[in-house]
Amino acid sequence: MTKCIFNEDTQMKYLDEFRDGKAARKLSAEIKSVVTKPWQIMEICGGQTHSILKYSIEELLPEEITLIHGPGCPVCVTPLELIDKAISIAQREDVIFTSFGDMLRVPGSKHDLLSVKAKGGNVKMVYSPLDAVKIAENNPEKNVVFFAVGFETTAPANAMSVIEAKRRGIKNYSILCSHVLVPPAIEALLSSKNNNIQGFLAAGHVCAVMGYNEYFPIAEKYNVPIVVTGFEPIDILQGILLTVKQLEVGKFEVQNQYSRVVTSEGNISAQKLLEEVFERTDRKWRGIGNIPSSGFKLKDEYSDYDAEKIFKVENIETEESPLCIAGEVLQGIKKPIECSAFGKECTPEHPLGAPMVSTEGACAAYFHYGKVKKEKHVIASEAKQS
Amino acid sequence: MKQKDEIDFSSGLSCPIPKSDYEHVLLAHGGGGTLSHQLISKLFFSQFDNEFLNEQHDSAILPLLSLRQAGFNVDKSKLAFTTDSYVVQPIFFPGGNIGELAVNGTVNDLVVAGAKPVYISVGFIIEEGLLIEDLWKIVLSMKEAARKSGVKIVTGDTKVVDKGKGDKIFINTSGIGVIKEGINISPKRCKPGDKIILSGRIADHGIAIMSAREGLEFETAIVSDTAPLIDLLDCIEKFGDKIHVMRDPTRGGLASSLNEIAEIANVGMLIDEEKISILDEVKGACEILGLDPLYIANEGKMIAIVANDIADDLLKEWRDKELGKEAEIIGEVTSENSGTVVMKTTIGSKRIVDMISGEQLPRIC
Repeated sequence: MTKCIFNEDTQMKYLDEFRDGKAARKLSAEIKSVVTKPWQIMEICGGQTHSILKYSIEELLPEEITLIHGPGCPVCVTPLELIDKAISIAQREDVIFTSFGDMLRVPGSKHDLLSVKAKGGNVKMVYSPLDAVKIAENNPEKNVVFFAVGFETTAPANAMSVIEAKRRGIKNYSILCSHVLVPPAIEALLSSKNNNIQGFLAAGHVCAVMGYNEYFPIAEKYNVPIVVTGFEPIDILQGILLTVKQLEVGKFEVQNQYSRVVTSEGNISAQKLLEEVFERTDRKWRGIGNIPSSGFKLKDEYSDYDAEKIFKVENIETEESPLCIAGEVLQGIKKPIECSAFGKECTPEHPLGAPMVSTEGACAAYFHYGKVKKEKHVIASEAKQS
Repeated sequence: MKQKDEIDFSSGLSCPIPKSDYEHVLLAHGGGGTLSHQLISKLFFSQFDNEFLNEQHDSAILPLLSLRQAGFNVDKSKLAFTTDSYVVQPIFFPGGNIGELAVNGTVNDLVVAGAKPVYISVGFIIEEGLLIEDLWKIVLSMKEAARKSGVKIVTGDTKVVDKGKGDKIFINTSGIGVIKEGINISPKRCKPGDKIILSGRIADHGIAIMSAREGLEFETAIVSDTAPLIDLLDCIEKFGDKIHVMRDPTRGGLASSLNEIAEIANVGMLIDEEKISILDEVKGACEILGLDPLYIANEGKMIAIVANDIADDLLKEWRDKELGKEAEIIGEVTSENSGTVVMKTTIGSKRIVDMISGEQLPRIC
């Protein structure tokens, strides 16, 4: 029987402690002392990928350990059809289209939401879907649409916005919903014939909402250790250490490194909101394909708040850039620098795929934090010459 | 945290255009007729008052003699000339307003060229409907900012645009400064071995604007650091051409300023994350909003890149000043990694600090 191990020694208190050089060196030495063979570990969440690149955590790891960057970038996996739909809805004169900032620059087939804004579309960046509800209340003559994208982390706030709009009788608010769920994606990766992942760092904030009970059967079925991990450099080093310790002795258990935030049952109130508003659905992931039961959609009783039903956008013909290998990057099959367009045709200013845009996208992380310095300079100078 | 000096709008100077006359700016206030004249003479001339402005020419006529009288060796000095436009939203924010920012910003652009600011121009583009009272507050704070920096507002212009065609008020300021003999500031002079000195903590301005705009509340209010950097220039003039580069890291923040310099001078830079000071509240806000403080705007900070042998002396001079009391040597210029800024992180690894792409926050200045 798989069980959860909780180790009090791994608990830390304050943010600065999680960025402490001494603690990092100690963990680095411990990982080096434990490891005897090569291991491939995937960090699921794009937030973790960014921390790994931002703090150059791989510099502190022995060469036996390879980190594979996972698909946990909600902006990256939002299907192209839906982005094109969003762009089409945002162009309507009767609409105020609201979204988190990242989504505005994600390329659709032809353009992005920021260019809709530049051409006069009413596109607003908000920090909370509740702000979008407020905009709806203040603009009763307009339809206010919120682009509800994200994993289990953002879903409760989006559910809350719908409940709040209903409670306040606001009828001109709707969401364009494309929520995705982590555990089905992990299963899809593990059951793929290309799978080379031997251990997972699970996304701490997703588990803060959902708990980690869902991971026990996965760890058991696929014989992989899964360690619920936070986002600071020390969190990630601890997560790696716990994973490697298990791998080295042939254990496949669920562990919680992020116990200062995550409990096994998660945030029950948030889960109730999700149950009230959403139901599970098959979801297409951009670059990966259809994953059964891997998303949330609005329940029928909330269909009045479903932008896809209100604005029946049809005849969407999607067109991905043939150069973009986002799908392989998102599945951990290739690293961003293995893409021929990286830093040349594809840059944060002119992204071909979503991972180059998002603050959680692996390509953007490699670009900003200069993962491979030499290559980047060669690429940059080549780009200048061409 | 020390609160910035604020102008008391409630006593002493009250708006010379009483509410009973006009509560709001009208199109006619920019039309060139009586209302324009009233606005200009009562609000602007009365406060910006100086011998050059009061001539009321289409151009300010500035005798070189006046510079000589101010102690400049005109034959051996150089002029610095700059312009900048201010569109910050909201126009009043914790720690300042658009008027003060417009004066300080242009003053600082001159200062970082090594110039002592002397004259500035002001162009207002006002949206119909702006409260006259708000314009008055802006004018008073511009007057105060000009006084603090020792600059004269010598010429100006006012336009009023239809409601909906602007956003309350936009201000353009241009400035002229005098660079004393021996000062030679240029990004190209940055060379390996130089030390990089930062005058204080970063990211206050951008986050102050952000919290005002988004209604974010913190236990301690985060206030903009808008300030004229003239004091920091005064105390380093004596180091002459040992001062190689100066910059005020405004839009794009510290990271973008350093990247620009590294690229122009074709040098590398190595900075130490632990030496870069950030207010806890600002750190917290950045964590919440997913922003990197290295890219957030400042309006009262200076970077100086100087010869290694004077770095400690300059640091001491700066730390004696209010504006530089938290100054630190944050890194050095290297011959490796040319065109690139590398940062030693708190956990001891190194990473590239890249130029920002796009805007983290729109309209912060």
